[in-house]
Amino acid sequence: MWSRLVWLGLRAPLGGRQGFTSKADPQGSGRITAQVIEHLERLALVDFGSCEAVARLEKAIAFADRLRAVDTDGVEPMESVLEDRCLYLRSDNVVEGNCADELLQNSHRVVEEYFVAPPGNISLPKLDEQEPFPHS
Amino acid sequence: MAAPMLRWVGRGRLWTFARVDGGSCHRREAPTGSTSNWIRGQSSVAQQPLYTTQKPRKGEHKWAAVVGLEIHAQISSNSKLFSGSQVRFSAPPNSLVSFFDASLPGTLPVLNRRCVEAAVMTGLALNCHINKKSLFDRKHYFYADLPAGYQITQQRLPIAVNGSLTYGVCAGKKQSQVIPKTVRIKQIQLEQDSGKSLHDDLRSQTLIDLNRAGVGLLEVVLEPDLSCGEEAATAVRELQLILQALGTSQANMAEGQLRVDANISVHHPGEPLGVRTEVKNLNSIRFLAKAIDYEIQRQINELENGGEILNETRSFHYQLGCTMSMRDKEGKQDYRFMPEPNLPPLVLYDATSLPAGADPQQVINIDQIRETLPELPSVTRERLVQQYGMLLEHSFTLLNEVGLLEFFQNVIKETRAEPKKVTSWVLNTFLGYLKQQNLAVSERCGSDVYTEESKCSDSEQPFMDALTVCDVNVFSLLGAASPVTPSALAELLDLLDSRTISSAAAKEVFEELWKREGKTPGQIVSEKQLELMEDRGALEQLCHSMMEAHPQVVMDLKKGNPRAINKLIGLVRKATQSRADPAMIKEILEKKLSS
Repeated sequence: MWSRLVWLGLRAPLGGRQGFTSKADPQGSGRITAQVIEHLERLALVDFGSCEAVARLEKAIAFADRLRAVDTDGVEPMESVLEDRCLYLRSDNVVEGNCADELLQNSHRVVEEYFVAPPGNISLPKLDEQEPFPHS
Repeated sequence: MAAPMLRWVGRGRLWTFARVDGGSCHRREAPTGSTSNWIRGQSSVAQQPLYTTQKPRKGEHKWAAVVGLEIHAQISSNSKLFSGSQVRFSAPPNSLVSFFDASLPGTLPVLNRRCVEAAVMTGLALNCHINKKSLFDRKHYFYADLPAGYQITQQRLPIAVNGSLTYGVCAGKKQSQVIPKTVRIKQIQLEQDSGKSLHDDLRSQTLIDLNRAGVGLLEVVLEPDLSCGEEAATAVRELQLILQALGTSQANMAEGQLRVDANISVHHPGEPLGVRTEVKNLNSIRFLAKAIDYEIQRQINELENGGEILNETRSFHYQLGCTMSMRDKEGKQDYRFMPEPNLPPLVLYDATSLPAGADPQQVINIDQIRETLPELPSVTRERLVQQYGMLLEHSFTLLNEVGLLEFFQNVIKETRAEPKKVTSWVLNTFLGYLKQQNLAVSERCGSDVYTEESKCSDSEQPFMDALTVCDVNVFSLLGAASPVTPSALAELLDLLDSRTISSAAAKEVFEELWKREGKTPGQIVSEKQLELMEDRGALEQLCHSMMEAHPQVVMDLKKGNPRAINKLIGLVRKATQSRADPAMIKEILEKKLSS
């Protein structure tokens, strides 16, 4: 497995982003492509900083895949483990709020009782600009 | 969902009864003068208005536009959807924010009963099927005004589905015919609002106010049954009226309580649908229509010139009257929907399924809500037509102008005059003065809100005439600040009805009343001596002297020109300073002439 990773690592800086399967194959080897990693990183803002992280992800998927061994034909899927509980309905009264000072303490920067954020979303650096590390 | 820009955009105007010039799909003529492709006169729901291209080409292609709307209405409630912090339009920044709204760890959502009731009421009013079980989901995306990084919404199974919204479009020669059209409602769902971002371009930062974060929204998704700006605007206006009648939302677009996004595409009839673009930043009904028509034309022009339409989000810039691409959207968003793990399914009951001995606070009975639905605008209009004998289009106007219906009903209560007279005076004279005045200040919003009139160019004027006061609740204007109160108008109409004054004199009195000098109609009449001449003898003398002074006219009459009498009547009226009843003048003159 390591030799394979090294091989792909060499390919990555050349812009070779094709994995050998198009997506994480549910039935098969569970290989995650560089495209998928990049997509996940952008969506979840998680930094798969090393190939160990990717390997762990693959193992996690393989672990979850074992659920497929269960025969669920004709069984209605659950929505959540709470689905039999009663959803509590709160009456429409104002009971919270008025704690701006406390909340603003959590912010790194504050301007006149507003939280300060950078303008718009900061786009992630592109793959070429990043330090290339071997995606599997 | 891109950042809702908190730039102070001009307030839009209230859409009356879709009397649009230019850009209207129901009346536009083909610019080349060839036979119009428009549906004239009667049209049915099935027929789609067609567009021709701006540039004349050989063998013109017909285009059809498809418009789908996503409408977000802020629920009118005391507290937010999942937390107990207050819902209020203006308050010090971040003062209406609970720990849950700020997404602090360890907090959980607790559903507000009032929001569910509002959703059910709206669903019932829009003929939807109410799902007895609906689910909550998380929609993930990153933006500074969404502290949790996800929005709780109802994507898989919303609370109401498959409804319809019927609206009336103006058509016919004088735009006086009302044609009912229907747009299908795909679904209604409950979801959270995000906070507000204020962009400080100077210092390259964004200021975040979470007061609005977590406020309950009703998202109403319309099927793409609409085909132009006019239809969209009218449908949204009708939805606004319905929401206001139900009390589920104040639906004030200027205050951001009603937000509309439009999905627009064009195609040749018979061919598959084209690529659609999404247009955002539409904060008045008027701009909604403008933006949609602009975008349709832009797409047609682009395709006619061999270009292609990108599936993108565009923002409407009202100053330039055009849509521009919003480049900060990073390609297609993957929202990674997942079930909200902290909320069980929402279960609703009806009379048959209500569990015995259940805590009434904890159950919602759809049938009970259906029984308490107030009168919907369409029913109100019907009632007005039946009760007061007015035309359907009059009822539309009465309901379209905020506060006008209440004004009308107050006048009716206090006057002896016939309802038709009241209708005519309210819709023609009173409304005419309101429009003419180009009312610049709304009582409710304070003095720094102004409408578009001051900014519009001359070419806009016909468009502006079709609309009246600005898109805020101006009932306070009509009720408290209106120069003419319902009582004053009622008194005036009584004077007219009892033949104390002529109708010309009544118009004079009305003008005086409008000056806000605090006088009653009775006072004005006596001050200006506008009472109708009661002395028939004096009138007869006047007629006699007029006839003597103008023998030529009398000769004309005797020769058989019946219209010459109008000249005489006019002369007598002038001499009496409009204080004589023209009908009586005519009668006296005719008697004298025949003798």
